[in-house]
Amino acid sequence: MASRRDFLKSTGGLVLATGGGWFAGHAHGAVPNTPGLAPLPAGATASGDLEALSGKVPLIKRSWRPPNYETPLSYFTTEITPNDAFFVRWHLAAIPQVTAATWTLKVGGDAATTPFQLNLEQLKRDFPAFELVAVNQCSGNRRGLFEPHVAGVEWGVGAMGNARWKGARLKDVLAKAGLKKEAVEIVLDGADGPVMPATPDFQKSLPVWKALDENTMLAYEMNGEALPHWNGFPVRVVVPGWTGTYWVKQVSTINAVSKPFEGFWMKGAYRIPLGKFPIIDHFTTQMTDVNEPITEMVVNSLIANLASGQRVAVGQPFVVKGMAWDGGRGIAQVDVSADGGQSWRSAKLGADLGRFSFRSFSIAITPAAPGPMVIVSRATNRAGATQTAELIPNPAGYHHNVMQRIDINAV
Amino acid sequence: MKTTLLVIALTLAAGIVAAQERRLELKNGPGRAEVEANCGSCHSIDYIELNSPFLDEKGWDGEVTKMIKVFGAPIKPDDAKAIVAYLAANYAKP
Repeated sequence: MASRRDFLKSTGGLVLATGGGWFAGHAHGAVPNTPGLAPLPAGATASGDLEALSGKVPLIKRSWRPPNYETPLSYFTTEITPNDAFFVRWHLAAIPQVTAATWTLKVGGDAATTPFQLNLEQLKRDFPAFELVAVNQCSGNRRGLFEPHVAGVEWGVGAMGNARWKGARLKDVLAKAGLKKEAVEIVLDGADGPVMPATPDFQKSLPVWKALDENTMLAYEMNGEALPHWNGFPVRVVVPGWTGTYWVKQVSTINAVSKPFEGFWMKGAYRIPLGKFPIIDHFTTQMTDVNEPITEMVVNSLIANLASGQRVAVGQPFVVKGMAWDGGRGIAQVDVSADGGQSWRSAKLGADLGRFSFRSFSIAITPAAPGPMVIVSRATNRAGATQTAELIPNPAGYHHNVMQRIDINAV
Repeated sequence: MKTTLLVIALTLAAGIVAAQERRLELKNGPGRAEVEANCGSCHSIDYIELNSPFLDEKGWDGEVTKMIKVFGAPIKPDDAKAIVAYLAANYAKP
């Protein structure tokens, strides 16, 4: 039985030669479960190594191929997630290395009057650039915390990140293609594809109203730099407020269509049961009698600086801090409890980077007496929605926004 | 622990680059060869450990059926049976 260290010694050259490599400082299954939330399946904890993709810091590996890697908890103490720590999520394993020089975007569809094609230079030159900060969160973030467990990528809490995106408005690009009044949806396709020809290509659609929203973007910059390959270089769709499934990476084709899109990734995946979540945005042309596409993110928060069982000193303040976010209404307040939810105090909110951004929160708590404490955070958005105490079960494991309850000890 | 690790540089086709991958040593047992030959062509085998041990035999059967019917995996019926039996025996809930 070879240890990882032996493996590194014997094959380190090969790792480097193939342009990848992974972090040797952590043993198999060494990433702890998120404090205050249900544990991942044992197999997910065991296989969740810290490994670095090319150009990335070590992230928590969920699967190699297609690559699915989540951002470790410690990165969520600052509003902006660095590009090299930003989570990676792909559905299909044939991922081309798209170059800036060869990338083209085809815009057309049966509901466009004047189809056209553009390159990266034209996208940057011909359309006004704008910037915004927005959370990109996988629909299935926290799926691994569902009890009972739900099959899929068993994410912990790190299938999300917050970045400053820069690009062109999708509505400006669609205007050049001339939307007909028959247009009902805008179909998005990236350069990635399946290994087997019979596997449905990953294609998504947006309702026209969301595609025309002034915040919906074709992004070519992320935190002031080109997008990392793993996050969709050179151009990805940014749909502020909505879950990451719509943020198509390496976007290569955009079609305006006069009939609801029938692809598997709309009709057969990324759907939530009707009436279970406090959702404002509905994708009506894709709704059925029982379910609808996931749309906006639910309000949520994450405490990023405490460990389960941590000891704090009586009479001395300690700080609880983390991030809160929602589907674009904006965070109104974050309340923190030190007694498991019996009493609450409002945390101080950090810089307001816009209603689509992470909002940091922090609060100092001074334990009055020795003994166990249970730290809970609860975010509320400007529409009055808040987090849930009890998991809302749904078949695919979406919209987990159960409040954390972190056990610590004052000594 | 699955610690016999190999690095494979996976190149699906010219111009296509996939993530680096080590091949997990799956648990020994009947059906393992069918799992490696079939499941591993579209996705890394670590998906199996990742999704364990909480599915029962019916749950694993559902996953394999989904791969065939929804994702178009060209798995022969005998292989599919062997795969489900292997997963149920080695990666299902106790």
